[in-house]
Amino acid sequence: MTSPSQAATNADSLTPEPAAGSGGPDAKGTPALAGRTPRQLAWLRFKRDRVGIICAIVVVFFILVAAAAPLISALYGKNAYDLYGQDDGLLNSYGLPIAPNGGISGQHWFGIEPQLGRDVFMLLVYGIRTSLLIALAVTVLAVGVGVLFGLTQGYLGGRTDYFMGRFSDFMLSFPQQLFFIAFSPVAISLFVGVGDPESWWVRPLVLIGVQFLLGWMSIGRLVRAQVLSLREREFVEAARISGASSWRIIRKELLPNIWSTILVQSTLMLPVFVTAEAGLSFLGVGILPPTPDWGLMFQTGATFYKSDITFMFFPGIAMVIFVVAFNLLGDSVRDALDPKTLR
Amino acid sequence: MSEQVTLDQPEDTAPEPAKDGASGAGAGGGETLLEVSGLQKYFPIHGGFIVKRRVGDVRAVDGVDFSIAAGESLGMVGESGCGKSTTGRLVTRLLEPTGGKITYAGQDITHRSRKELAPIRSEIQMIFQDPYASLNPRQTVGSIVSAPMEINDINPSGGREKRVRELLEIVGLNPEHYNRFPHEFSGGQRQRIGVARALALDPKLIVADEPVSALDVSIQAQVVNLLQRVQKELGIAFLFIAHDLAIVRHFSQRIAVMYLGKIVEIGDRASIYERPRHPYTHALLSAAPEADPDDDGRERIRLAGDVPSPINPPSGCRFRTRCWKAQDKCATEEPPLVQIGGNVAGHLTACHFPEEPTITARKEDIVLDPALAAIEEAAEETP
Ligand SMILES: Nc1ncnc2c1ncn2[C@@H]1O[C@H](COP(=O)(O)OP(=O)(O)OP(=O)(O)O)[C@@H](O)[C@H]1O
Ligand code: SF4
Ligand SMILES: [Mg+2]
Repeated sequence: MTSPSQAATNADSLTPEPAAGSGGPDAKGTPALAGRTPRQLAWLRFKRDRVGIICAIVVVFFILVAAAAPLISALYGKNAYDLYGQDDGLLNSYGLPIAPNGGISGQHWFGIEPQLGRDVFMLLVYGIRTSLLIALAVTVLAVGVGVLFGLTQGYLGGRTDYFMGRFSDFMLSFPQQLFFIAFSPVAISLFVGVGDPESWWVRPLVLIGVQFLLGWMSIGRLVRAQVLSLREREFVEAARISGASSWRIIRKELLPNIWSTILVQSTLMLPVFVTAEAGLSFLGVGILPPTPDWGLMFQTGATFYKSDITFMFFPGIAMVIFVVAFNLLGDSVRDALDPKTLR
Repeated sequence: MSEQVTLDQPEDTAPEPAKDGASGAGAGGGETLLEVSGLQKYFPIHGGFIVKRRVGDVRAVDGVDFSIAAGESLGMVGESGCGKSTTGRLVTRLLEPTGGKITYAGQDITHRSRKELAPIRSEIQMIFQDPYASLNPRQTVGSIVSAPMEINDINPSGGREKRVRELLEIVGLNPEHYNRFPHEFSGGQRQRIGVARALALDPKLIVADEPVSALDVSIQAQVVNLLQRVQKELGIAFLFIAHDLAIVRHFSQRIAVMYLGKIVEIGDRASIYERPRHPYTHALLSAAPEADPDDDGRERIRLAGDVPSPINPPSGCRFRTRCWKAQDKCATEEPPLVQIGGNVAGHLTACHFPEEPTITARKEDIVLDPALAAIEEAAEETP
């Protein structure tokens, strides 16, 4: 313990002179933990989580498949539009594949589609691509707007918080499925005049729009709650005492502390939007044939499942794997980012 | 630590801080740096269903006057909830005062906005109670300590990083810890980081809100010593908040005792410790852990029960619900904070019936604990 009188004899010790300070009072407490950032610690924790790693691989695989669909098509030698079944005579007079198991063969790995006779493997690859792209767009939009909304609400507090909160409650109270089904045709008619042909981008745009409209509230609420508790913390007061602007406080003090929530919430939201998009297409208010789409495959599959289950099998299994992997990944990411699981 | 630690006005020994721009209004010494008068902070309580109405106020700070000279340390003590932190936050202008006036270096800063405060922001800093909540867990020590310089766009010669390393050394940390994160440090080390951050702008006044209360007793002394060194050698004025008198004793030249939003006694250290007049100061002094338990020469006062609610404080003297000298006058008339006969100049007390200026033992201990009194009574009845 450096006594004050001792320090006083060495009056210059406070001016930057290496002599006094460094050996100082509790240098003994130098932590053994070698300087690891919170991010590195999270990564270490994540690496130890085997389920998390497997799920991450699966998720990355799906994303790669979606991204590399044209490449896969080129390598595989087929595309998602040609009517192989009709052209090559692989369908019987009922429009069902002649070969057993949905027409699985060396040519068509996952079989061929009943009636039209398109290649199921290619349909699935491109279907995943469509659904994932739409869901990704919805997620990015919803997360962006939700985070902004929650940040503003939590940071400003008071009356603003109250009114923004009631607005988000109002949006939450919409019956989602009903709204999608009822509102999508209305939204489409806004873009397409009577009798006009529908442009390709109208349907995806409407799908993204309606899902985003009712999709940003949950993350907004989470962010608000976090910001509300964070802004009372003393490190925010310290920044304020030094004269930091609100923008700096949000950017430097608040956002870094809510990144993990945003990340976890996004990984949990994406599969929800994928299934929602598939559901809407299945119900006929989403993507229309002949655009390949995950949800549309279920529609066709549901028509023919009595005569041949194979066509339902591949998209179904793929969807289950995708959703389960994404959700488990979200859980693993949360565990890894939560300092309380530090060990 | 004992009395031989000299704590005269530091400006005669203090070397000018090495950094530029350190000279200013306070450098003369002795002149008033901060002046607070009639300061009030009421937190509104809203109630009512659907339509929110203001149903009352928490009178956290209710008319407080004090001043701090350049380089001086004022200790502020009082029980939990009596408004010490609120006072500190008002002085640093984290909170907007409800009433009263705060003058810093001759300028009225009572209702200044963030932008208007900018010129003096670098001169008033704060050290917080909780070393775990006061450092952003997602920032490195380097960015935490350099943030005040970044915000105020200050570029010390040699760069900010060099300055941060110097500051880390000043507070007794290894400058190599520049890139580490707060979670890698102990409570005491974290508090040192907080001190380094407070020093980054060469402040003239530091509000330290119970800076050691959250620390281990063994670490407390180290951090207090560090603050003491900082205060003496850099000539920084302190508003040092604590909840007992033992810690401020070695740190502050003047002491203010707060009770329920008001200052009940203020004066020089020696005067407060040796010749206290307010009953509450007597109670606090006798409760200080420093009082030697075997020393029978000192009075014993046990004050139990809670501080009354600041929403509806007692009329007249706020201490009267717990005071052993309370009389009718105390309920009707609020005692003014004045110099009582027999006190030295600057020693002000707010009490109608002050105690004798001594801390020697009384014939009878004062026990003001209803529960304890009941137990003792029962014990006497059953033989
Ligand atoms: N933001 C706020 N809103 C409402 N009431 C508050 C607020 N901040 C403080 N108070 C109230 O004001 C009173 C004084 O609080 P303050 O934190 O200043 O006490 P303190 O003396 O620092 O106590 P402690 O020793 O526990 O830190 C308390 O009754 C508290 O409940
Ligand atoms: S004014 Fe009365 S109640 Fe208040 S401290 Fe003095 S004697 Fe006690
Ligand atoms: Mg406090």
